[in-house]
Parts: sequence; C-alpha cells; structure tokens
Amino acid sequence: MLTFTIRRLILAVPTLLFISLVIFLLLELAPGDPMAQVPLTVPPEVKEKMREALGLGQPMHIRFWKWLVQFFWIEPQVLIDHYLGTSFSAGDLRVISWQTRSPVMDIVVQRIPQTLWVVGTAYVVAILIALPIGIYSAYRQYSWFDQMGTFVSMVGFSVPPFFSGVLVIVIFSVQLGWFPSIYDTTHVVDSWDAFVYQLKQMIMPVMVLALQITAQLSRFMRASMLDNLNQDYVRTARAKGLSEYVVVMVHVLRNSMIPVVTVIALGIPSIFGGAIITEQVFKVNGIGQLLIGAIQANDLPMVQTLTFIFAVLIVLFNLIADVLYGILDPRIRYD
Amino acid sequence: MTDKERFVPDEGMAPASTSVPGAGALEELHNPARSQWLDVWDQFKSHRGALMGGALFLFIILGVYLGPFFWDLEATQIDIRARNQGPSWAHPFGTDQLGRDMLARMMAGGATSVSVGLTAMLLALFLGSFIGVMAGFFKKLDGPLMRLTDLFLALPLLPLLLVMMLLFREPLNAAFGPEQGIFILIVISIGVTSWMPTARIVRGDVLALKEREFVMAARSIGTTNSGLITRHILPNVLSPIMVSATLGIATAIITESSLSFLGLGFPPDFPTWGRLLFDATDYLQQHPERVFWPGMAISLTVLSVNYLGDGLRDALDPRIRGR
Repeated sequence: MLTFTIRRLILAVPTLLFISLVIFLLLELAPGDPMAQVPLTVPPEVKEKMREALGLGQPMHIRFWKWLVQFFWIEPQVLIDHYLGTSFSAGDLRVISWQTRSPVMDIVVQRIPQTLWVVGTAYVVAILIALPIGIYSAYRQYSWFDQMGTFVSMVGFSVPPFFSGVLVIVIFSVQLGWFPSIYDTTHVVDSWDAFVYQLKQMIMPVMVLALQITAQLSRFMRASMLDNLNQDYVRTARAKGLSEYVVVMVHVLRNSMIPVVTVIALGIPSIFGGAIITEQVFKVNGIGQLLIGAIQANDLPMVQTLTFIFAVLIVLFNLIADVLYGILDPRIRYD
Repeated sequence: MTDKERFVPDEGMAPASTSVPGAGALEELHNPARSQWLDVWDQFKSHRGALMGGALFLFIILGVYLGPFFWDLEATQIDIRARNQGPSWAHPFGTDQLGRDMLARMMAGGATSVSVGLTAMLLALFLGSFIGVMAGFFKKLDGPLMRLTDLFLALPLLPLLLVMMLLFREPLNAAFGPEQGIFILIVISIGVTSWMPTARIVRGDVLALKEREFVMAARSIGTTNSGLITRHILPNVLSPIMVSATLGIATAIITESSLSFLGLGFPPDFPTWGRLLFDATDYLQQHPERVFWPGMAISLTVLSVNYLGDGLRDALDPRIRGR
C-alpha cells in the first residue's frame, strides 16, 4: 500500500508539470497583447520598458522556468517564513499580480477562507442529507419515497446553480425578505445576533450548492446499497437472527460506503469549480470570484496561478480517492 | 425474451437477438420476427419518464427552430413604448427593458443554446468514440491515449473554458464575425473538454468486444482493421455512445449557459438562454418573471434530456430489456 502511494505521488509530479505547461502555453500562445490597453500616445521604448517590468521581456521557456521556481520553491519558503519567522525568501521575486501589484498568493490566502466556509459547509450539509436519502431509497426500492428521491435528484442535476441561486434570491430575499441576497464577507461574528446573521446569509449559497451535491451523492449511495443488499452475506446476517437495523446500518452500510467515500473525495475539487458560479450569484468574494475578476482584467499571472491551484486540487483528491479505496477495501490492494 | 435469457452468461452489449441462439427456437412459434430496434422501442415505451422526456425535448426543439416561422415578432426588434410589459396576448412572455418581445427572444435564444448543445455534443462524441475505439482496438495506442484522457480529466475545466473564452475571442471574432466566431469558439472548447467519459466507456466496451467470436471470425476471413471497426465494432458500441450523447447535450447546454451567465459567452445583443438569464438578473426585483422563463427553459431541456438518457440506457441494455 505504501509503495503504491509513493508511486502515485511520484507519478503526480509529471502530471502536474504537464498541466502547468498546458496552462502556461494556453496563455502564452493565445493571440492578444497585454499592452493592448495602453494608449497609442505612449512611445514604443516606454512600452518595451513596461513589457519588461511585467516580466515579458524574456523568451518563453525561461519565463516558464521562472514561474515554476516562484511557485514551487519561493512560495513555500514564504509560507515557512510566515509561520516560523525565518527569512529564507527575503529578496526573492514572487508571483506578482498585474492588477494589484501584490503577490498573487497573498490575495489567494485572503480569499480562501470565504470559499472554504461556504463550500465546506455545503459539502458537509449535502453529505448529511444525501446519505440517509440514498440508504432509505435503496432499502425501499421503487417505493414512493424512492420515486420522489429519483425525481428530486434529477431536478438537482438539471437545474443549473445560476438558476437555482437566482430563484432562491427572488423567493427568499426579494419576496419574503428572510435572508440577505449578498454574502457579506466582512461580517464579524462576535455576538449571538451576529451569529444569527451569519447563519442567515450562509443558508442560501450553502443550500444551492448542497442541492447539486446531494443529487449526485444520493444516487451513488442508492446504487451502492442496492449492489450490496442482494449479496449472500446479507442473507447470512439475517439468518443469524440479527435485527434489521444491524443488518442494514452495520453490515450493508459499511460495505456500501467504500465507493461512496471515494466519490466524495473525487467531488471535492469539482466543487471548487462549481462554486465559481455560486460565488458569482451571491457575491461571495472567494477564489472563484477572484478568478472571474482576474480573467476580466486580463491578469495573466493570477489566472495562471489560480487555474493551476484548481489542477493541483484535482490531482491531489484523485490520489486521495485511489489510496482511500485501497485502505477501505482490503480486497483491492494495489501491490 | 424469456427467463432463459438470464442464464446466458456475459452478453455484453451485443444485440440480444443474435446472442441467444438457443432461446429463440420456442419463441419463434409464437412471435413474428422482430428487429432489434423494435425491441428497444418496446422497452423504451415502458419507461414513462423517458417517454415524457423525449416528447418534451422534441417539443422544445420544434418550438425553438420552427416557432419563429409562426411568431412574426423579431427577437431584436425594439419597441421602446412597449417596454417592461407583463404577459399579455400580444406578448405572452412580456417584453424586456427595450420593449423586445420575450417569446421571440426565448425562441431565438433557445435556437442558439440547443444548436450549441447539439454541435458540441457531436464534436465531443466524435472525439470520444474515435479515441476510445483507437485505444481499445490498437494495443500500442492504448497506453498513451488513456494517459492523455487521464490528463484531460485532471484539468480544471470551467476555469480553462473561461480562459479560452478570454484569449481566443478577439481573433475568432475578427475572422468569422462576432456571432459566428463565438459560436465556433464555444462549440470547440466545450467539445474538446468533454470527450473523456465517452472515450473511457467506448474503450472498455471495445476491449471486451475485440475478444468475441464474431470479431475473430471476421478477422479470420481477412477483414481489414478499418472494415472490422466500421462493420463490427462500431455498431456494437452504438448504445453507450447514444447514452453519452444525451448526457453530452445536457452538459453542453449547461456549460454554454454558465459561460453566458458569467458574461464570457455570446455578445450582449445576441440572445441565448444563459445570456437572457444574466440580463434579467439586473431587473430581478421589478420583473422576477424574466429570470424565470430562460431558467425554466434550460432546466426543462436538461431534465428532459436526462430522462431520455435514462430510458435509452435501460432500453439499449439487452440484459434489462424484456423484464
């Protein structure tokens, strides 16, 4: 198992390098000039200087190498410096955003807590709703509860977040006035009232995100439970005289959770991707909105770094899912 | 099909009628000859959700493509005196802030959205089946092509799509005009980023089919590789391809609307469902119904296509059919 994990980790390095190259080349080979917005009255020499100031003077492979060094070597040092108070990174050039002229990673670190709060809560809520629905739908297959569950998850698949989000805003904040339509990230929770407000403003984005995740997860849970409910060991457990609760909730559930846990792990990065739209709808200033802003402002270093962070998340959670599968299911050991 | 079918092991995706030689003898006395597609249709009919989904999808397609012939108002015709009207007989869906008829805009937007969905799905399907068949059929290509698929699956798709929209919009607009250019860009970028699931499923099926007797028999009489693929392999992987086609339409329509909603899709004066929804969010408080129509159209289309795919999957699987 350990060798498998190590092998996968080593394999992840070329994958990530390749992805970073793809992203870099996509940004690089795309027609379009970052200097296009500069007025025509600016003389060419000055334009050339500005180009160099943005780090665009050198050939492509050198810039790619520099970006790699900045991302994989200097940024971790900055992190260590921040926590331990050392000064490894003093004087090194970091990845600089063209919009704000400050290091990209600083802005990302500022934005990540908002995303994590909303997305993380949504994920937990979705798991808590989806698992019982999946279990009960499978246990009572083709009952009206199961039919309802199928229909609701189909709707959850089909209604895009930019519609469900806008719809709940219309209903709950415009018509009923229960919840604020804009997520206020500067809000500080220091009293009970502030906590209630925080809860109120989180409900809508969390529910919109959770609806989608629930739809997927409950289907997986149901299918996985159905696979296991007809197995021989279930009959044996019933024949032994175990109570129905123990049979379903202990024997079947534990075996059914194996694929579901990996699906949960695999879904985490795509949630960051899907959260881009939800963040946009509810004006949560997380990393999704940061990406949209950077794309609209033509801020290439920011776009490159953020896209790469998303890619790292995907590769990382793919790896976690694979390893988890092996750990949870002793029949699947990769070596 | 009778219960005997259950005892025939490993049917794969081959047509049931050819793979159960023993079971046919008794039945032929009672039933007239049936084609495979008649069996499929019979199973499909019994899935009520799929039937309704198919009918709804057909209705939406006919509505968006043929509707403009019956509805005289133009989607771009501005009638500033009739702006911000509610539903009436003259304007069943009301009018927008410039007095343009919402029904006409919905039909024009739907035509674009559905066209993008269908074309992008066809492109993704072609790429996916091609790569899947190549990887499954030729052992040498299997490794590299599947690594490529894994790499594509590891790419963060929505951010990359947004970046592609940003970077390639201008030159394509210059080359093909603003509407045509962005159409090509959106279709290609959705197609190029959504072929992977199809490729994986097709590869798996081709790998299994390759070892079957009828392929070996065909090979033994000297059928060339291209003949094998087009005559024997492709017809047998048709059912997973059709199922992923329906799901592909759904994802393509949602992706296109997301891009339009984020302001990185079609130009503002060119309606698509996502764009209409995006424009309507500015007037959310005064005219919430304007958000409702395009959102409902997207959701219903995707829902109907999903049900259609669900029914097709059941109908095309000979192991379920007839039970």
